[in-house]
Amino acid sequence: MSARDNILRRLRAAPQGQPPMAPDVAAFHAAVTAAAAPSTRASRIELFCDKMAFWHGEVIRVTRADWPQKLRELCVAKGVRSLLYGEDSAHAAQLEAASIDGLRPYDRPIDGWKKELFEDTDAGLSATRGGIAETGTLIVWPGASEPRLMSLVPPIHFALLDANQLYDTFFQAMIEQRWSDGMPTNALLVSGPSKTADIQVTLAYGAHGPKELIVLLLVNEEERP
Amino acid sequence: MNAQQLKFVPASEFKQRAAVAVADDHLRKSFRGAMDFLINKRAAQFPDPEALERQRSLAEHIRQYSLARLPELLEQLERKLTDNGVKVHWAESAEEACAIIIGIAQRHSTKLMVKGKSMVSEEVELNHAMADVGIDALESDMGEYIVQLDGEKPSHIIMPAIHKTKQQIARLFADKVPGARYTESVDELIGIGRAVLREKFMTAEVGMSGVNFAVAETGTLCLVENEGNGRMCTTVPDVHIAITGIEKVVEKLEHVPPLFGLLTRSATGQAITTYFNMISGPRRPGEKDGPREVHLVLVDNGRTQAYADQQLRSTLQCIRCGACMNHCPVYTRIGGHAYGTTYPGPIGEIISPHMMGLAATHVLPTASSLCGACGEVCPVRIPIPELLVRLREEAQHDARPGHAPLLGQGAARSRLVDAVWSGWAALYTRPAFYRAFGWLATRLRALTPPLQGGWTVSRTPMKPAARTLHELMAARSKRR
Repeated sequence: MSARDNILRRLRAAPQGQPPMAPDVAAFHAAVTAAAAPSTRASRIELFCDKMAFWHGEVIRVTRADWPQKLRELCVAKGVRSLLYGEDSAHAAQLEAASIDGLRPYDRPIDGWKKELFEDTDAGLSATRGGIAETGTLIVWPGASEPRLMSLVPPIHFALLDANQLYDTFFQAMIEQRWSDGMPTNALLVSGPSKTADIQVTLAYGAHGPKELIVLLLVNEEERP
Repeated sequence: MNAQQLKFVPASEFKQRAAVAVADDHLRKSFRGAMDFLINKRAAQFPDPEALERQRSLAEHIRQYSLARLPELLEQLERKLTDNGVKVHWAESAEEACAIIIGIAQRHSTKLMVKGKSMVSEEVELNHAMADVGIDALESDMGEYIVQLDGEKPSHIIMPAIHKTKQQIARLFADKVPGARYTESVDELIGIGRAVLREKFMTAEVGMSGVNFAVAETGTLCLVENEGNGRMCTTVPDVHIAITGIEKVVEKLEHVPPLFGLLTRSATGQAITTYFNMISGPRRPGEKDGPREVHLVLVDNGRTQAYADQQLRSTLQCIRCGACMNHCPVYTRIGGHAYGTTYPGPIGEIISPHMMGLAATHVLPTASSLCGACGEVCPVRIPIPELLVRLREEAQHDARPGHAPLLGQGAARSRLVDAVWSGWAALYTRPAFYRAFGWLATRLRALTPPLQGGWTVSRTPMKPAARTLHELMAARSKRR
């Protein structure tokens, strides 16, 4: 008998009472939503910005037209010498046109250039699949065009977030985007730069991953502050 | 640095260690301060008590539902993960789990393994086993890194280095990290750890992590963390090995948000952690990073014993938030090390007996005043006080009829105590003897010894009254 068989046999031999009904998370969620004031695009943007600021993330409102320029200015201001991006991503063409110094694609498997990524890459730009207003959270699905380490290893993580893709809650996001139909090899929720409070409960940012998280929030012209 | 050789301190010495800890002012102060901080942070997350109860009901329901279907869900999880390209392993014991992981590491001729936070890997004493075969198992969670560097074990499941001051950590880094200067700035100390560990992430061949939730329907392993070391360990090295207890599985992805929301709020009073990392498979063709191999080790190590009993099974509802220890008056006063087990505090008192047997752990369920705080704050409503009482009973008696004996059943039984109780029972069931005993005890009360063992350590001695209740009542009826 294998360990697997033994474990499953012991579990199956255990007495079972009346099996509980399947939990209805959707009903729970609906009740919570019904009890609160309905959210609007404006309220979701406000809440997301507040919460992301609480996590020490910076949110900059940009438009579809001017975000590459804004990013260029940010890179200059922060002294970014190398900015990593995905050349097959939807925003690549616009980014390439913005003449940002040190822009370089994540164009080959990590195995050959780990050291360069860890030691000589200042920032990475990634798209997001949406955001969660309730907690100030980005939904990031890395993949072939935007690999996993882009949003982790460089000290600054820039993230593009479309305000149309702001959800109220994590539950709502996963249901509306039908996550259970198929998950990518890696999916992430990101709320602020990496941090730790392991030394005397004192908060410090930049534990292992990014020291700064800067969200470029795509809004309409009139939604800028 | 090398993986430290760490051994369990036998739990039977618990009382001795607790006495030492209670007398340590510095330790008392750091735990009191940290626990008050965590208690307040948690309370701020749950301003509406009724809303909290509704969330707890849902979370409890999800965990009970998952446990009721555990064997099917484990099979479904295995099937989905296998389809996704993840290799699933099963381990009945700690030794088996270590052997599986060592086997994988040796197949890749690994010298260095970086580890994200995993209490199950501590439970199976993996670092020790790896050191024995010459593989460095380096903890990369800042707190875990600090305690490993000092040759210790974590004192809290969420905040492993909570017992240390920044001065102690400053000294430790200056002494043990090459090139590090003495600094008490927390930012600089974290910077030192960051530099050392990023170098290790880059070079390690194997990365290891725990699992917070395993989702059966999609074959997804979910990891909760703030630091990013978990993402490093599961993304940079060529091989990722995840280890978890068999109870961590849930059926659907939608079961995760309610548990995740309660986990972080109960643990550190955060509405969410920096990262929630969902892993569903190794690097696919065309992807440029991520591990080429992903393994999951499912560990039993006594969990099926808890599962076999419908009351004790609720132990497995635990999502490892640590709220029970933060709120425990005993834990706050003695700290995590005094318990001598991987899981300290109330959850440790109810789970350790299944892992290590009652012979080694029977004293732990008695390390509670049964004040009930642990049960009140548990986000999945584990009735911890009731389980403590149950385990005290199992430690003193034979198994209940129809129940299989627990490992170490009856281990705390003492002949003296048994004899006293049978004597008492004999006396109490025979009225004539009982009256004679009462008469003697009250008349000879002057002879009661002033030192009465454990009782008089911190209490005034017991002394029979001048007359028995029977006599007093008889005298009263006569007066009427």
